[in-house]
Parts: sequence; C-alpha cells; structure tokens
Amino acid sequence: MDSLLAIWSSVPESAQLITLTVAKILAIVIPLSLSVAYLTFAERKVIGYVQVRIGPNRVGPRGWLQPIADAVKLMFKEIILPSSSNKFLFVLAPILCLGPALAAWAVVPFMDGVVLTDIDAGLLYILAISSMGVYGIIIAGWASNSKYAFLGALRSAAQMVSYEIAMGFALVGVLLAAGSLNLTQIVTAQQGWVWNWFWFPLLPLFFIYFIAGVAETNRAPFDVAEGESEIVAGFHVEYAGMTFAVFFLAEYANMILVAVLTAIMFLGGWYAPWSGLLPESALAIPGLGWLLSDGPHWLLAKISFLLFLFLWFRATFPRYRYDQIMRLGWKVFIPITIVWLLVVGGMVIAEVPPWFA
Amino acid sequence: MGVEQILFYVFGAILVFAAGMVITVRNPVFAALFLVLAFFTSAALWILLEAEFLAITLVLVYVGAVMVLFLFVVMMLDINLAPLQEGFTRYLPVGIVVAGIIVAEIYFAVNAEHFGLQAVAEPVRHAADYSNTRELGRVIYTAYAYPFEIASAILLVAIVAAIALTLRAKRQSKYIQPEKQVIVRRKDRVRIVKMPPEREEPGTS
Repeated sequence: MDSLLAIWSSVPESAQLITLTVAKILAIVIPLSLSVAYLTFAERKVIGYVQVRIGPNRVGPRGWLQPIADAVKLMFKEIILPSSSNKFLFVLAPILCLGPALAAWAVVPFMDGVVLTDIDAGLLYILAISSMGVYGIIIAGWASNSKYAFLGALRSAAQMVSYEIAMGFALVGVLLAAGSLNLTQIVTAQQGWVWNWFWFPLLPLFFIYFIAGVAETNRAPFDVAEGESEIVAGFHVEYAGMTFAVFFLAEYANMILVAVLTAIMFLGGWYAPWSGLLPESALAIPGLGWLLSDGPHWLLAKISFLLFLFLWFRATFPRYRYDQIMRLGWKVFIPITIVWLLVVGGMVIAEVPPWFA
Repeated sequence: MGVEQILFYVFGAILVFAAGMVITVRNPVFAALFLVLAFFTSAALWILLEAEFLAITLVLVYVGAVMVLFLFVVMMLDINLAPLQEGFTRYLPVGIVVAGIIVAEIYFAVNAEHFGLQAVAEPVRHAADYSNTRELGRVIYTAYAYPFEIASAILLVAIVAAIALTLRAKRQSKYIQPEKQVIVRRKDRVRIVKMPPEREEPGTS
C-alpha cells in the first residue's frame, strides 16, 4: 500500500489529475451502461407483465442474461452502410447521439459533494448539452439518404426544439425556487421530508418537465420520430448491428438522465421521504438506520420509480398524432409554464413556508 | 507552455479550420455542420477566458436551437451547385482585392499595438470559487438594467412581428363543415331522369 502511494506521488500533478478524472468518469459511465442494458430488460419485463405475459425468460436464470445476449448479438452483426449514404456522417450520427447523453452526467450530484464537476451553471450546462442530442438524429436521417429516415429526422428535430422551450421554462421555475443554477444547491434547498421538496409548489412545472422529458427522449406516446406504423422505424431505419444499438443506448441513457434530473430538481434528490422527522436513535440502528437516512440509495429509488413511469406510459398510451404533439407543446405547456413562473415568483417574494422561508 | 496554452492553440486551430471549411466546402449541409463545430469551439475558447455563462449560452442558443432550424432548412433545399459556381474565375481578381483590403483594415485596427499587453493589462486570473454567472447577473440587473430591458423588449417585438408575418387571417384550404354534411339528402345532389331509349338494342326484340 505504501509503495503504491509512493508511486502515485511520484507521478506529475497534471497526470494525477487526468488519471483521477478518468477514473471518476469510468465510475459513472460503467454503472450507467449496465443500468442502460438492464433498463432494456426491465422494459421488456414490465411491458410483458402489463400485457399479461411473462416477457423474456429463456436466457439465463429468469431471463437475467437477456441484455448480455442482445449486446453480443448486436456486436457481431454486420454494420451495413447504404451505398448512396454519406459514410462519414452515417457513422458519426450514433456517436453524436450517445455523447451528449453521457456528457450531461458530469454535473449530476449523487450526494452532497459527490459530483464529477461542481460548476455553478450546472443547470444551464445540462440544458445546453441535452439540446445537442438532436444533431445525432438529424444527421442520421440525412446521411441515410432515405425518405423514411429523413421524415423521421424532421419530425424529431421539430419535436425536440419545441419541447425544449417548455423544458427550459420549467427549469427557470426551479432556478427561481432554489435561487441557484448549481444542482447540489438545488437539492440542498429542498432539505427535509416530502413536503419540503419542490414537487408541490412547482407541481405544473414538475409534470411539464417530466412529460417534456418523455417527448425529448422520443419515447411513447411521443415516439413519432420512430413511428413504426407510419414511417417504418424513422431515423434509424437504415442502421444495423452496433450502430443501431448505439441509438438505443443513447435513448435509454437519456431516459435515465431525465429521471435523475427530475429526481434532483423536484423530488429532493438524495433526501429520504422522512428526512429530519425520525429521531436520532432510529437512524443509529445498524443496517436499517442507513436505509432510513438520506443517501444515494434514495436518489436511486426515485430514479427507478420515474423510469418505471416511462415504461408504464409506453405500455398504456397510444401514440399521439403529430399535430397534437405540436399543439400540446406550444399551446398548452408553454403558456402554463409562463403563468406558473409568475406564481413561483410571487411565492418566493411572499416567502411561503416551508419552501421559500 | 502550459496546458491552458496548448488547449488554446488546439481550439484555435480547430476554429480556424472549421470557419474556413464553412465557406469552402461544397455541400451546404456540411457547411452548416462546420458552422456548428465553429460555434462549439469558440464556446470552448470562452470557457478558457472564464466566461462559462456566455459559452454555455452560445451552445444552448446557437448550437442547440438556431443551427438545428438552419440545418432543417438547408437539408430540405435542393440546390443545384453548378450555376452557383459559374463565373468564379471571372470575379476572382475583384474578390481577392476586396478580401485583401478587409484583411489589411482588420490588421490595422486589431493588432498588438492596440490590443497587446502594453495597451491592455493582462486580465486577472480568478480563484476557483469565482462565478462568472453570478457576476454577469449582478452587472446586467444593476448597472445595465435599462439596456438589458430595452434589448429584451426589442426581442419580444421581433417575436411578435415574426408571428404576425406568418399569421394568415383567412384559411386558404377548403374545409368541411360536418353539420352541413349531415343534413345533405339524396335529392340535393342527385337528379334522376327517366327517358325512353333512343334506339332499340339489337337482339332484344
């Protein structure tokens, strides 16, 4: 151990910094990739049970190795490049889709102080990075040189740009309520039990943010970008093998990102639902006390619940018509968010307890 | 040479390359994508200047929204490039002269004499807890409150004007009124005429 420390301190400082940062990034990205893989499994299982069937149960015990089998299969499939496509952009598009979905995790706090980069403009960074994800889809649609793919890309671009506005306004509400753009400070502004979290004073913004998140990630019922029954599979109709799989990785990584941001901004992040209510003696019980006190496990629980909602929506709602999606985004969500911003401003000025006292 | 300087030169090189490609590349979609790269790289340069709020806003507004719509339009255009490049050599001398004059003017206006370390003091490096976002907000809402308000009012007017320009007072497309459709009876549309045959069909009699 001492010799290892000696080797470590002999490394130049800049190299130390780079090594540590890369290690931290891997500590976020590897669990995230595993979560993405098992989220696909969870989706098939949940939708299976909703539709009164079992879902995948053949590979491994109770189907638990299904995502691994899928990954191996997709990796060994041939990547087909359409003959009249733009080869460079065709391969670049899935990477551009996945990159922002992973880069946004740089500012996500898991616990007070446990965050890769604790920047002040964290909320803006999230908004900026997540708005880049649309490029992957547009470029995929254009580079494929296929009409279905192009139609899917156009639909997706218009939809994402429209819902980003409502999403941005919802974030402005959070910024007003918390008085900071830093995600850690947004969570600490919600310190306390369920009633102290922002979901109640910002209830319309909470719903709009989550619904806009569903629309941003092109999930059902807003999945017209794929629209299997109309434009076969939308922007990724020409993709095969690993390039196709990367689009799916990006979609699921984005779902987890929207879930974690909703949990952080509206559901009190890592605070337990009874945080500050239980006596000290209850928290001192070994094992159970840890479970009852605040911590990253509560953040994980909230993320899991929100992800379940994503899957539940997909199993329940029929797909929206395209003009209805646009109407919902522009004529319903944006006016509601603007009105509620005024309400939040009034509440902040009046210092309504317990949130803004 | 510190890490920061290396980063500056790397980003600077990418920025100049991307900006050059924007005007030289043939495919308009590629030009738009290189413009995105240029915006993104200049955002990185702004972060080196400790202006992270402006950098993120640049990415958010230009890369995230404006260029997406731009790309949207460019992709749907069907431009025939050949006529656009006709007469390139004919106008080349004039173009070179104009470009040369502009470069010379920029050189005389922006050079080390006016912007070097002798003329302008080196900006102070701030500590890690310095927040550019907070400072910018403080300045915008105190010292420059009125210009900021006026700029936002102009933007609002522009938004309203854009909507007013595209707003059509009357619907151009024909549409159906269901209640009129429902009350239609057969006699309104079809007139049955009985008439004797003009001539006998052969073989019927």
